Amino acid sequence: MHRGKGMKFVGDSRIPAERKPNIPKDYSEYPGKTEAFWPNFLLKEWMVGAVFLIGYLCLTIAHPSPLERVADPTDTGYLPLPDWYFLFLYQLLKYTYASGPYNVIGAFIIPGLAFGGLMLAPFIDRGPKRRPLDRPFATGFMLLSLASIIFLTWESVDAVDWEAKEAQGAIVEEAAIDTNSDGFKIYQENGCINCHGDTLSGGAAAPSLIGTGLTPEEVADIAKNGKGTMPPGMYKGNDEDLVKLSEFISTLEAE
Amino acid sequence: MLNKIYDWVDERLDITPMWRDIADHEVPEHVNPAHHFSAFVYCFGGLTFFVTVIQILSGMFLTMYYVPDIKNAWESVYYLQNEVAFGVIVRGMHHWGASLVIVMMFLHTLRVFFQGAYKKPRELNWVVGVLIFFVMLGLGFTGYLLPWDMKALFATKVGIEIAASTPLIGHELKVLLAGHPDIVGAQTLTRFFAIHVFFLPAALLGLMGAHFIMIRKQGISGPL
Repeated sequence: MHRGKGMKFVGDSRIPAERKPNIPKDYSEYPGKTEAFWPNFLLKEWMVGAVFLIGYLCLTIAHPSPLERVADPTDTGYLPLPDWYFLFLYQLLKYTYASGPYNVIGAFIIPGLAFGGLMLAPFIDRGPKRRPLDRPFATGFMLLSLASIIFLTWESVDAVDWEAKEAQGAIVEEAAIDTNSDGFKIYQENGCINCHGDTLSGGAAAPSLIGTGLTPEEVADIAKNGKGTMPPGMYKGNDEDLVKLSEFISTLEAE
Repeated sequence: MLNKIYDWVDERLDITPMWRDIADHEVPEHVNPAHHFSAFVYCFGGLTFFVTVIQILSGMFLTMYYVPDIKNAWESVYYLQNEVAFGVIVRGMHHWGASLVIVMMFLHTLRVFFQGAYKKPRELNWVVGVLIFFVMLGLGFTGYLLPWDMKALFATKVGIEIAASTPLIGHELKVLLAGHPDIVGAQTLTRFFAIHVFFLPAALLGLMGAHFIMIRKQGISGPL
C-alpha cells in the first residue's frame, strides 16, 4: 500500500485517491478444498437457513404459543413452573441440602461453580491438546454436567401433573350477565347455580354455559334429561319458565 | 448503474477494504459440510445468529401491539393472538424462537467445548460467548413476564424470590428488579419490559459484535 510521500487524497479527507479494484482473491491457490465465503459458501448457508426456517414455521403453526388467563395475584393456589430451560435450576432447589437453610448452596454455590467453571474453562483446561479423549477432566466434567442437567430436568418434568397445570391456567370465558333477567332468576331458583356457578362459567362439577352454541331446544332437553354426569330431572319448574331459561342460556356469548 | 453508485461511494469512503474484511475470506475444508457431512456441527453458531435475527424482527413487530401495563398487557397479547392478522404467527415465532435460540446456543457451546476450540488464542471469545449465553437466559426470564398471565406472574415471583435470597445484596437486587420491596406489579412489568427490550438487547448486540470481530480476526479454529 502506498503511504507517505506522494500520496494523494480525495479532497481534504484521508481517503486515498488511488483506488484498488474490487476483485476477490483467487482461492484456488489455497491448500485443500477451501471455498470462497462470498458468494459460494454463503449461498449454502442460506439454503440451510431456509430449510431450518421451514421447520421453525411448521412448529409455530402446529403449536400456537400458549396464553393463560390474566394474572390474578390473589389466586394463591396456582403452582408456577418456569420455562423449560430453567427447570434444572428450579429442581435443584427442591432437594433437602439445596433448599431452606441450605438455599445458598442450591441457588448460588452449585450453579455458581458450574457456570463459573464454564466461563473460565480456557483458563482451567490450558493444555495444548484439543481432542476430547486427550483431556479427560474437561470432557468428564462436561459430561457429568450434561447428565445432571438432563436428570434434573427429567425429574422436574416428571413431578408435574400436566393436566392439572393446564386446567389451573386455562382462560375462563366470561359473559355480561343480567342478574335481574327472568332467565337468571329461574337459573337461580332451580339450583342450576349450585353447579354451574353464579357467573355461569362452570366449576369442578359442571361445564361452563357460556358460548355453548346450543339451540334453546337442546338446552331445554339437557335441563330436563341431563347429560354426562348431570342426572335427569334437575329442572323442576314449569314449561313456560323452561323456555325462558333455555333462551337465556343459549344466548350467552363470551365478551 | 449499481457499479457507478458503488464507485461513487467507494471514491469518497474507500469501502472496498471494509467489504474485503467482511466478505472476502476462504472457508476451510474441515468446516464445510459439502466435503465432510459431520461438519454440520459448525452450523449451530450461524443458526443461533439466524434465530436471534428472527427474535429481533418478530419482537419489533410485537411491540407495535403490546402495551407494557398491567391493565392492558394481557388484553393486548390476547388481541394480538386472536384478532391481528398473522399475530399468532409472529407471536409464535417469538415464543418458539426463545426456545430454539437456547437449544442452538447450547449445541454451539458443546461443539466449541468438545473440540477444545476455546484454547489459546481464543480464550476471550469463549468468555464473550458465555456472557452471550447469560444475556440470552436473562432475555428468556424477563420475556416470560410480559404477557402478564398466570404463569408469567407466579414464575416471576419465584424468580424474584430466588434473586432476593442472594447473600448481602439480595434485598437491593429484588427491589431493583421488582421496583418495590413487596409488590410484583405495575413497576415490575415496566422494568422487565425495559430490560427485555432495551438493556439486554443492547448488551447482546455489543457482545455479538465483539464475538464476530474476534472470529474474523482469528479465523476459525483448525481441524482436530
